[in-house]
Amino acid sequence: MVQSLFDWFTLHIEMVYIVILSIFLGIEVIGRVPSVLHTPLMSGANAIHGVVIIGAIIVMGRVEPDNYLALVIGFLAVVLGTLNVVGGFVVTDRMLEMFKKKKNTSAK
Amino acid sequence: MELNLLTLCYLIGSLTFIVGLKMLAHPESARKGNLVAAVGMTIAIFGTIFLYQEDGQKLHNYGWIFGALALGTLVGFVVAKKVQMTAMPEMVSLFNGMGGACAMLISIMEFKHITDHAFVWEGVSSLPGFMLIVGNINHLHMLIIVVGMVIGSVSFSGSMIAWGKLNGKVKDLNYNGQTYVNLALLLALVGLCSWYVYHTPISSADVGGIGFTLTDGTVATHGLQPIQIYLFYGILALALVYGVMFVLPIGGADMPVVISLLNSFTGMAAAFGGFLYGNQVMLTGGILVGAAGTLLTLLMCKAMNRSLQNVLLGAFGSAAKSGGGAGAKEQGNYKEISLSDAATVMAYANKVMIVPGYGLAVAQAQHTCHELEKTLEEKGVEVKYAIHPVAGRMPGHMNVLLAEADVSYDKLLEMEDANEEFKTADVVLILGANDVVNPAAKNDPSSPIYGMPILEVENAKTIIVNKRSMKPGYAGIENDLFFAPKTSMLFGDAKAALQKLLAEIKSV
Repeated sequence: MVQSLFDWFTLHIEMVYIVILSIFLGIEVIGRVPSVLHTPLMSGANAIHGVVIIGAIIVMGRVEPDNYLALVIGFLAVVLGTLNVVGGFVVTDRMLEMFKKKKNTSAK
Repeated sequence: MELNLLTLCYLIGSLTFIVGLKMLAHPESARKGNLVAAVGMTIAIFGTIFLYQEDGQKLHNYGWIFGALALGTLVGFVVAKKVQMTAMPEMVSLFNGMGGACAMLISIMEFKHITDHAFVWEGVSSLPGFMLIVGNINHLHMLIIVVGMVIGSVSFSGSMIAWGKLNGKVKDLNYNGQTYVNLALLLALVGLCSWYVYHTPISSADVGGIGFTLTDGTVATHGLQPIQIYLFYGILALALVYGVMFVLPIGGADMPVVISLLNSFTGMAAAFGGFLYGNQVMLTGGILVGAAGTLLTLLMCKAMNRSLQNVLLGAFGSAAKSGGGAGAKEQGNYKEISLSDAATVMAYANKVMIVPGYGLAVAQAQHTCHELEKTLEEKGVEVKYAIHPVAGRMPGHMNVLLAEADVSYDKLLEMEDANEEFKTADVVLILGANDVVNPAAKNDPSSPIYGMPILEVENAKTIIVNKRSMKPGYAGIENDLFFAPKTSMLFGDAKAALQKLLAEIKSV
């Protein structure tokens, strides 16, 4: 068990690097956000984790074309993932659109 | 890993996520940041569809994939465009749940892929029905699948409950010993997962078999028992139940924290997907959101002066029960104010400060509120808004709402600045806010919200509270402010009351 863990680390060392650096990056990026932008930021982050859809596409794309149960589950996964991505970005954009409009009027 | 076009797509995707998040953190660049991340996501998605290869084989089922993409895009776009600004928190929770469900289904599909290709092999006499797994599946592989599924499922069912709670379809549920039931569920879930991953897959060498040589020369050395297949779906069910039980007892005031936490859960679930496929963009995106979401959650807890574990273990509900004795004490009388009196007081004030709360959002009164502000300013009254960080159902909820109504940015004061200004305000108008102005947070140690920073409205000369009734707020506790001599009540739906008030002020 220990040996297999060690092997896994050696094999995936770049992934481990990505994880550690991303954790710090995520914390760093959010630490400077004014509270006014918390909701849009949460919504934007919500859209970004929609990246899980890539996994759904990969699973979906290697299902045998006659395995209908798997196809239906995969279809559902891709639909849900797309909802997360598209809905997330559009909602965030709508929120920020209002901020921008208001910014312009106050600048006038 | 060789550098090909797809890895380049993923690199671009990861970069846009980081840059996008960074830009989202500044008001001037926020909208562009969202767009940048969206473009990166599109590149990563289409790169995957057309360029992804596994063992030299491209993906197939393009019809299904594009059908699903088209359907999801259409529905997502229409829903997101149509939703009212007031329902934004629900929407974020709903979309978050979709992402969680997606992660859950990916794990289910991966597991099904393994079991569909496994075949019964009687080489192990001690385990009837032993199934050999094709391909190199080890414990870590199972760990990633199981944990990804569990986090995704909890995020999915939890978000659905949060969504239902925010739009009023699901009520809080509290019963004795709830904390222990939830704790037991969590322990059972973690215990079961650990046990499962430790025992799955079974090495055939351990049980007396030596494995089976496949036609392509590789040897299938690992397998599982049929019971382990059912157990996998048992874990799935348990995770879904836990998600429901975990969010059910949490009160409305804590909803922002929960949504933020579930948001970071889904990020982590996406990151586990990234591990599963060795996919860098899923990993960066997922971990970024996981880390940022966790920090945001903690920041919100800090704003309410509560620990995360206090929020999660549902101590709020039980504390409110002990506070019941205090709530029963004599509250004295409150006094009502007529519309014309309220209008007169406000029209002749030098400075009016408005404290918006969830009541404003429910009544969709943000536009009327902005009109009131303009009318007052025409009469020479200075108007400011005092925004509590957790007013409404999400951090920044009120900012978004008032921005929609074109309220100018510099009129919105954050809590600390607002508390300075209340001293000089003649009138404070509270619109559907309750817990964020409850003085019990400062002077009643037995109150469940004790210690939460509040807007110190009692420093103003006059306080007018608009509420629908005398019922306690979402946290379920009485508010002494309403019985204070300086306070007068203006009952009614925020929008209707504001409209009438506006007409009165115009005629003053």
